[in-house]
Amino acid sequence: MLSNHKVFAFLPELTLLGGALVLFLISLQNRRGREARKAALFVSFAGILATVLCLGQDQALFAGAYRVDLFSQVLKLMFAFGFCFILLLSGSLEDIREEIKPEYYLFLTISVCGLMMLVSSVDLITMVVALEVSAFPLYVMVPMRVERAGQRSQMESAIKYMMFGIGANGVMFFGMSYLYALTGTTSLAVLAAKLLPMMHSPLAIAGLALTLCGLFYKLAIFPFHFWTPDVYQGASNETASLIASLPKIGGVAILFRLVSMATGDNHVLALLLAILAVCSMLYGNLIALMQKDFKRLLGFSGIAHAGYALVGFVALSQLGYTAALYYIISYLFMVLACFVVICKVSRDGHNVAINELAGLHRRSPLLAVTLAVGVFALAGLPPFAGFIGKLTLLTSAWQKGHSALVIIAMINAAIAVYYYLSVVREAWFRDPGDLPPIRLDWPTKALCLALITGILALGVAPARLLDTLSSSVVGASLTSPSPVLPAVAHAALETDTPFHHVP
Amino acid sequence: MMFPDYNQCALSVLIFSPLLAALFALCLKSEAVLRWWTLAFTTALGLFSLPLYAHFDPAQADFQFRQTSAWIPALKIHYAVGVDGISLLLVLLTTLIMPLCVLASWRYIQTRVKEFMICLLIMETAMVGVFCALDLVLFFVFWEAMLIPMALLIGIWGGPRKLYASLKFFVYTMSGSVFLLVAIIALYFQAGTFSIPEIMGQSFPHDFQFWIFLAFFISFAIKVPMFPFHTWLPAAHVEAPTAGSVLLASVLLKMGTYGFLRFSLPMAPYATQLFTPYILGLSVIAIVYGGLTALAQTDLKKLVAYSSVAHMGFATLGIFALNQMGIEGAVLVMINHGVTTGALFIMVGIIYERLHSRDLGQAAGMGKAMPIFALFAGVFALSSLAFPGTNSFIGEFLVMSGGFAVSKAMMIGVVPGVILAAAYMLRMLQKVAYGGTKNPTHSHLQDLGFREIATLVPLLVFVFWIGLHPEPFTRVMHASVQHLLQQTHPASAYALQP
Repeated sequence: MLSNHKVFAFLPELTLLGGALVLFLISLQNRRGREARKAALFVSFAGILATVLCLGQDQALFAGAYRVDLFSQVLKLMFAFGFCFILLLSGSLEDIREEIKPEYYLFLTISVCGLMMLVSSVDLITMVVALEVSAFPLYVMVPMRVERAGQRSQMESAIKYMMFGIGANGVMFFGMSYLYALTGTTSLAVLAAKLLPMMHSPLAIAGLALTLCGLFYKLAIFPFHFWTPDVYQGASNETASLIASLPKIGGVAILFRLVSMATGDNHVLALLLAILAVCSMLYGNLIALMQKDFKRLLGFSGIAHAGYALVGFVALSQLGYTAALYYIISYLFMVLACFVVICKVSRDGHNVAINELAGLHRRSPLLAVTLAVGVFALAGLPPFAGFIGKLTLLTSAWQKGHSALVIIAMINAAIAVYYYLSVVREAWFRDPGDLPPIRLDWPTKALCLALITGILALGVAPARLLDTLSSSVVGASLTSPSPVLPAVAHAALETDTPFHHVP
Repeated sequence: MMFPDYNQCALSVLIFSPLLAALFALCLKSEAVLRWWTLAFTTALGLFSLPLYAHFDPAQADFQFRQTSAWIPALKIHYAVGVDGISLLLVLLTTLIMPLCVLASWRYIQTRVKEFMICLLIMETAMVGVFCALDLVLFFVFWEAMLIPMALLIGIWGGPRKLYASLKFFVYTMSGSVFLLVAIIALYFQAGTFSIPEIMGQSFPHDFQFWIFLAFFISFAIKVPMFPFHTWLPAAHVEAPTAGSVLLASVLLKMGTYGFLRFSLPMAPYATQLFTPYILGLSVIAIVYGGLTALAQTDLKKLVAYSSVAHMGFATLGIFALNQMGIEGAVLVMINHGVTTGALFIMVGIIYERLHSRDLGQAAGMGKAMPIFALFAGVFALSSLAFPGTNSFIGEFLVMSGGFAVSKAMMIGVVPGVILAAAYMLRMLQKVAYGGTKNPTHSHLQDLGFREIATLVPLLVFVFWIGLHPEPFTRVMHASVQHLLQQTHPASAYALQP
C-alpha cells in the first residue's frame, strides 16, 4: 500500500523518465523526427495528467532528500504545461538538423524532468543533481541548431552557456561547502535549523550568498547574465524559448528554498539581494532599449524581469516569496507568447529582427494579438498577468520598508515601456509591404489562445493561484513556525544520521 | 422579480457590457453591420445610463449604487464601484458621448473597422470604470487599461505622425502612472485598505501627505494636462482620428481633474493647502499660455488642442480655489469642455473629410457654401469662448467667482486669458465662416448631411441647456462638493495634527 503511495507521489517524474526512455529508443532509429514529436507530445499530455492527479500529494521520499508537497506539485504542474507549450510552439523543429530531431526531444524531456526533480529537492546533493540534470541537456541542445553559411554562432553560444554555467556552479559548490562546514549536513531542513542561530555571521551569509550564485546564473541576474543575449541569439528559437522560461521557474523555486533559511531581519542578505535586483533591472532595461534583434531584446528584458522577481526575495517574507513565484509563473506565459510569434514569423528558423514584425497585424491577426498581449503583460500593464505580479512584488517590498527599491522598480517599469511599445509599434502600426500572410496550423492557434487566456486569467482572477502559492510557501518554508519536516529535522538534529554527518 | 434591481447592478452593467459587445463585434464580418451594431449598442447603453440620474439622491453626499465583492483577498483588493454627484455627471458624459464618437467616425474610418469599434468599446469600459471605481487598485487597472486602446486608436488610424504621437502619449501617461502606483501602495500600508471611501475618511501624517500629493500630482497633471506637462496633448490630438480626439478631449482629460477631486483633495488636505498657490499659478499660466499658443496656430486641430489646455486651466483653477463655487464651476467646466471641445473636434473632422486638410487658410470661406455648418461652427465657437447664454459661460463664471474669493490679483492674470479665448475662437470663426473668398473650389462642398447633423444636435442641446438652465447639473453635485470641502477644509486639515 505504502509503496504504491510513494510511487504515486513520484508519478510525474516517472512519466517523463519513461517518456525519455521511449524517446531514446526512437532516437536509435534513423530519421524518426515525426514519431519523436508525437511521442514527446504524448508524454507532455501524460505529464500534465500525472501532475494534476498528484497535485494533493504530501510526502517525503528517498530518506527525506526529496519532498513532495503543494509547493513542488504546483510548480510541476507549471512545468508540465510549459513543456506542452514549448512542444507546440516548436512545431516540427525546422531549425534542428534532421538526423538528430529525436535526440532533441529526448534532451528536452530530460531537462524538464530535471526541473521537476529540482523543485522537490530539499537536500543540497539532490538539488545539485537535479540542477545538472536540467542544465546539461540544455548545453547540448543549443548547438543542435542548423549551421548557417559562414556562421557558427550556435557553437559559440553553447560554449559560452556551458562555461558560464560550470563557472557559476563552481561558485555555488564553494558556497555549499561553507554551509556544510558550518552545519555538517546537506539536508535543507536540518541545515536551516542549525543555521538559524548563526544566520547573521559573515560566514553563513557568505556561504548562502555564494550558493545562490548558481541560481542567479539560471535566472540571469546581473553579474551572472553575460551568457543570456548571446545564447538567446545563437540558440534556435525553440531552444531559446525553453531556456527563457522553464529554468527560471526552477531557479526561483530553489532560490526560495535557500533564501527562506534567512529570517526577515537579515538586513545584510536583503541589501545584497536589493543591490542585485536594482543592477539587473537597470542593466537589462537600459541595454534592451538599444536592441534590434527581438530575441536579444527578450534576453535583456529577461535580465530585468529576473531583477523584478528578486525584489520579492528582498522582502524575506511569505508575501514576497509568493509574489516572486507568481511573477515568474506569469513570466512563463508572457515570454512564451512572445516566442510563439518569433517561431512563427521566422519560417526557416532565422533570428527575427524587430522590424521584421512590421505589419504582423495583416499577416496574422492572431499572432499580432498574442504578441501585443504578451508584450503589454511584460510591460506590467493591467489587466494582464504582469501587472498583478508587479503589484504583489512591490507591495511585499514596500511592506518591509524598501520604498527606494519600489520606486526604482517602478522607474524601470516606465523605461521598459518604451522598448515594449516599439515592438507593438512594428507589429500594429506599420504596413507589411509585400510580405505574405502567415498561416497558422490549429495547434498553434490553440496555443496562442491558451497563452492569451492564461495571461488574462492570471491578471483578472489571480486570487486562486495567489492563495495556492501562498499556502504552499507557508508549507514549504523552512523557518516558518510549522516547518515542513519537523519529525525528520528533529530526528536528524538529535542523532546526526551517518549520511549527513561526516566526521 | 425577473431582473436584478437596477440600482444594484447598473454600474457593473455599464462597465462590463461594452466588453461583451466587443466580443460580439469580434464575430461580425460586415463593416456596415459592425458600425450599426456599435452605434446601436452605445446608444442603448447611453439610454440605460439615464435612469442613474433619476435614481440618484442628490441630498446624500455618500457614494450611491454601490456594489462590493472580494477580488484578490490575499491583498484585500475589492471590486467596489459606486458614484457620487461628481462622478455621476462624468459617467453620464462618457456614456452619452460614445454614440456620437461612433457617428463621427462613420465615414472617416474605412480601414480595419472591426478593430476600431472594438477599441472604442474597450475604451468605454475603461472610462466608465475609472469614474466608478471605489478601490484604488481597481481604479488603477481601469486607468491603465485605457492606455492600450487609446494608443492603438492614435497609432493605427491616426495622421502622418501617428507613430510619434502614439508613443509620446503612451510614454508620458505611463511615466505618470508609475508614481500613481507607488502612491497607491504607500496609501495601502498607511491606511490598511485599498478602499477609496475608507481612505477618504482618514487623516495622514503631514510629511506622508506631502509625498502622496506629489505622486498623485505628477500623474494627474500629466493627464489633465497642466502647463509644463502638456506637450503630449497637441501631438496626440492632431494625429488622432476624430473619435479619438473627441474621447481624448471629452473624457480622458477629465480623468486627471477627477483624480484631483477624488484623491488629492480629500486624502491629502494638508498638502493641498501647501501646494495650492503653486497649482493656481500653473493654472493661470496654462490659461494664458494656451490662449497665446492657440492664437498662433494655423492647424485647426492644434488650435482646438491648445484651447483645451486653456480650458483645463480653468478646471484646475476652480478645483484649487477650494470653495463651493470654484469646485462646482470646475466640474461644470469639465462637462462643458467635454461637450464643446468634443463638438469642435467633430467640426474639424467634418472639415477634414471634405478638404483633406486642416489648414485654417484652406478652410477659409467654407461657411459660404455650407450655411448649416457655419451655424453650428458659430454656436460652438461662441460656447468655447464662454459667451453668455452658452454652457461655458456658467462654468467659467463660477470658477472665476470662486477664484476671486481666493485672490483678486491672480484673477487679473486670468482676464487676458479670457480675452485671448475670444480672439482665437473669433479668428477661427471669422476665417472659416466668412473669410477667404478666393477659395473657389469651396462652392462644390456639400453641406452637413443627416448623420453629421444628428451627431452635432445633441451637443448643441447641451450647450444651451447648461447655458440657460444649469440647475439640474449643479443640483446633483451640491452635497458631494460640500462633503468634499469638509474633508479638505483648512480648519479640519490643520486640526489633524497639532
